[in-house]
Amino acid sequence: MIDLKTINHMAHLAKLELTEEEKSKFLEQLSKVIDHFQEISTIDTKGVEPLVTPTESSYYLRPDIVVKSETTEELLKNAPDRAGQLFKVPPVV
Amino acid sequence: MDLLKISISELATAVQTKKISAVEVTKFFLNRIEKLNPQLNAFVTMNEKALDEARQVDEKVTKGENVGPLAGVPIGVKDLICTKNLKTTAASKILANFVPPYDATLVAKLKSAGAIVVGKLNLDEFAMGSSNENSMFGPCRNPWNPEYVPGGSSGGSAAAQAARLCMATIGTDTGGSIRQPASFCGIVGIKPTYGRVSRYGVVAFASSLDQAGPMASTVADAALVLEVISGHDTKDSTSSLEKVPAFLKSIDQNLKGLKIGILKEYADRAAWSPEVSEQFDEALNLIKKLGGEVVELSVPFTKFSVSMYYLIAASEASSNLSRYDGVKYGHRYNFNDLSSLKLDEFYSKTRGTGFGTEVKRRIMLGTHCLSSGYYDAYYNKACQVRRLLRDQYLEAFKKCDLICSPVTTTPAFKVGERVYDPLKMYLNDIFTTSTNLAGLPGMSVPFGLSKGGLPIGIQINGPHYGEQKMFNLASAIEANRPDLNRGPDVY
Repeated sequence: MIDLKTINHMAHLAKLELTEEEKSKFLEQLSKVIDHFQEISTIDTKGVEPLVTPTESSYYLRPDIVVKSETTEELLKNAPDRAGQLFKVPPVV
Repeated sequence: MDLLKISISELATAVQTKKISAVEVTKFFLNRIEKLNPQLNAFVTMNEKALDEARQVDEKVTKGENVGPLAGVPIGVKDLICTKNLKTTAASKILANFVPPYDATLVAKLKSAGAIVVGKLNLDEFAMGSSNENSMFGPCRNPWNPEYVPGGSSGGSAAAQAARLCMATIGTDTGGSIRQPASFCGIVGIKPTYGRVSRYGVVAFASSLDQAGPMASTVADAALVLEVISGHDTKDSTSSLEKVPAFLKSIDQNLKGLKIGILKEYADRAAWSPEVSEQFDEALNLIKKLGGEVVELSVPFTKFSVSMYYLIAASEASSNLSRYDGVKYGHRYNFNDLSSLKLDEFYSKTRGTGFGTEVKRRIMLGTHCLSSGYYDAYYNKACQVRRLLRDQYLEAFKKCDLICSPVTTTPAFKVGERVYDPLKMYLNDIFTTSTNLAGLPGMSVPFGLSKGGLPIGIQINGPHYGEQKMFNLASAIEANRPDLNRGPDVY
């Protein structure tokens, strides 16, 4: 079961600011959804390796060679705020 | 030349042999979009350079160059797929002004085959939804009846193709997002085997489930477009090294000896609308009449697929969507002053105001499933059951060539009808999610109409890399349901 404390914790971990209305709506809806999803807890999976990608045979590593990619300017074009060639952000230390 | 009836390969040949110019073709479809799109809301951004690109195709033809299998063919692309210098938003406020500096690999492949990307198509935000109602651009409408949803999340791609606003469209499918709207709009839609089409440049929702694929008016058109966009890509390490067959040329409508599986798990039809049930039975009868054999099989854990799917998809989404932080691109909350701002507040306000409700709901769910104390019970458990499900499918495909089922339990529903009940909306995905969990190819082929005049499709699933047999069966079905090619009357 989840409660408002869980909702606040999830929002904190996910870095999502939610309104009080959103919180109470998510609490009600996610409780129902998670309740339903509990059905898989009854399945015996002892010793089963989790499947994280469906076709393991296609796993591939590319050769480690230098190739041309987008320029700094092209990549900075979408920045919400910048100072020269840097992204502008709040103080991080 | 009837551009509303012509096949893609005929059109490309006509452009290559100067029977018609790429500019004429592109103008025809741009006019159609201008006239019909306002009531459908399928296209959300147009490529202003489409006619220039068509002119370049014509110049190549004049010079005697072989342009490619899609010479001058107008194609629409879901707005979840990056197009160089053309806005790509994922229908989200958080990417509202994002202009990609590169093309997704599949878009680059379309262009080098001669296709003209005419514009970008509506979807549920970040492909999270089954009705195209969760979009920053507002809902898209079903061309068969604008009071109804086109399905989702590739609703714009399905609606545009059903109204024949272009020759083919590209959608993406994480749990049914190509097949369900294809069924609701009466077109062909295929989710290829996981790894068949490169995901490079496709905005990530759930990386182990996402695949892009074609949506088209006919099986042959879908086969040709899939052939073009498939293949290994060094930029996507999960893209397959498997050889890409010549799907279109290899289509064989002879069903003699073909074994079609139906699942015991779907024997209880209480949740199916009577019309879906009738159409499905009729499809099985047709398959038998054409020489196919119908066998009953079991894939027991399909009954847990919706739970597994949402646990895994939400977990992967919460991780993938952590990149939207207001730093490198996309929306940033309008702060007065950065110098005294706490980093946490910077992220939380930006993300809280940038994402829509359904996306936030799934990020919350996924964060919970991955958080300390719940990881084993939810995410890890779902991945373990996922392996068992996939292995059950591998067993089932030893006893049959293909598996058939409905795509959805009902035809399209009305706009606004289900939007406020997430669990009910999620449970509607019972026939489609297991395909992605097991990495299988799956397609929807139009079969019939409901009494209310809405399309109903049939789902065909194949083993890994078994798309050719799916095209064969779909093509045989299509050839025996000629009345379905006409499209909605108003168009």
